[in-house]
Amino acid sequence: MIVRNTGMDLIDFLGYSFIQRGLIAGSFIALLCASLGVLLVLRRLSLIGDGLAHVTFGSVALGLFLRVSPLYVSIPVVMASALGILKLTEKARVYGDAAIGMVSAIGIAAGILIANLAGGFNIDLFSYLFGNILAISTADVFVSIALALVVLGVIILFYHELFSVSFDEEFAETTGIDTEKINVMLVLLTAVTVVLAMKVVGIMLTSALLIIPAITAFQIARGFKNSMIVASIVAMLSVVAGISLSFFLNLPTGSTIVVMNFAFFLITLIWNKLVSRLFKKVT
Amino acid sequence: MPLDILSVEGLRFRYNSIEVLSDLSFRIGSGDYVGLVGPNGSGKTTLIRVILGLAYPAGGRVSLFGKDLAEFREWHRVGYLPQRIASFNPFFPATVREIVGHGLLSKKRFVKRKSWADREAIRKALGFLDICDIEESLIGELSGGQQQRVFLARAIVHEPELLILDEPTAALDPETREKFFTMLAELNEKKNVTIILVTHDIGSIGKYASKLLYLDKKIIFFGSFADFCLSDEMMGYFGAYSQHMICHRHDSEKHRYGSD
Repeated sequence: MIVRNTGMDLIDFLGYSFIQRGLIAGSFIALLCASLGVLLVLRRLSLIGDGLAHVTFGSVALGLFLRVSPLYVSIPVVMASALGILKLTEKARVYGDAAIGMVSAIGIAAGILIANLAGGFNIDLFSYLFGNILAISTADVFVSIALALVVLGVIILFYHELFSVSFDEEFAETTGIDTEKINVMLVLLTAVTVVLAMKVVGIMLTSALLIIPAITAFQIARGFKNSMIVASIVAMLSVVAGISLSFFLNLPTGSTIVVMNFAFFLITLIWNKLVSRLFKKVT
Repeated sequence: MPLDILSVEGLRFRYNSIEVLSDLSFRIGSGDYVGLVGPNGSGKTTLIRVILGLAYPAGGRVSLFGKDLAEFREWHRVGYLPQRIASFNPFFPATVREIVGHGLLSKKRFVKRKSWADREAIRKALGFLDICDIEESLIGELSGGQQQRVFLARAIVHEPELLILDEPTAALDPETREKFFTMLAELNEKKNVTIILVTHDIGSIGKYASKLLYLDKKIIFFGSFADFCLSDEMMGYFGAYSQHMICHRHDSEKHRYGSD
């Protein structure tokens, strides 16, 4: 392992434009993943992120094949797949996990077939598997921020509806909430988020950005709103710590971000256990 | 004559070509307390789901507050306590305040935001059910009885005129069950809330309800508990011994049948 000059000034580190781009885009995407992840985990839809990430593999291959930016091809394709999963579970009596598994496998299979038919872009395609936020272009930073703001805006606007449907869908319906529309909205937001997360940690690790901050927050936060806030803070800290560590220790950025997320989870888990043990002793 | 809160005419419901509800017609007026009883699979929950717009009937007409169900939008006038609250996710990180606040959503239009008045309404509902001290507790930390009160607070926080409860006491011990029934009777008597309560326990509900609707895919009986106990038709349906057991289970206590 090559360790860079750790005595390097923080100002120098932050002075690199690729670091700035990575920190800004990564933080926005992490914030987005965390708040949406809380909803997905609580609705036991954690693996939809994983399934849609696999579809992203196919859509990236399609983008490379058509010589169009994979981001622009991926968003509509992954959104359509997300709706497909939802409709399969609602209308075709297919269990949710089975529908996710099927769509996920088709995504990978399509990606491999397109790559095989086209030939020549395997290296590009496989670089998307593990992502690299430090290689993000300025244009992609702006697109990521814009999309992240749109998705966050929708989450804030429909916060009460999303909470209500996640906690008790039947009751939510009796308060006049159109639960079908909220479910469609949730999977479409997830689709956009998964495509954006691919830039940060790559296709293989996208689900980690959705799941780990949420389950970390559940260890220590009290209340739904607090869980979203804690998950967002943990996710953004993980991105900042992950990018910094990966730079100084010369490690792959995406994996380091995921490991940092896991480290926060372990810390909160241990803290939670210690506090509950102490509380038991006191009482 | 009291205003019709709920009117059901010729209601039919089919599930996979099996008739679950057959030609139901009845009316519930303001301030009524109706015990909806019947054996397993008699269509009690299905009827409730149709009334709440959660299931669509094969035929007939349902009106709430004088409006056809298809056009009814004033869901803030209705409170609902579902049957399966025991199956909610106990690890859901929601506080009692957040859950009770849920009940206020039906009063709000887009964009739904909470105000100070909402906070007061939540405190009032918690105070009525004597659970102010658990406002900041997580739902998973509470006992079954406390959780049931929280869900009842959610159903009444927006001060509905009609309260529908689907087997709310199934998971409660006898003492908590009696307290729960007393709270409902208070809501009915002091706040004139119309109540429809689904239960298997015909004897217990007879003690509190002003009317009894006995359902077994069709209406077997609809009237007061006193009429039920004096009905020869019901004696023929249940048998004299069962009718006697249902009606005289609470003879030692003061109840509507005895006091009427």
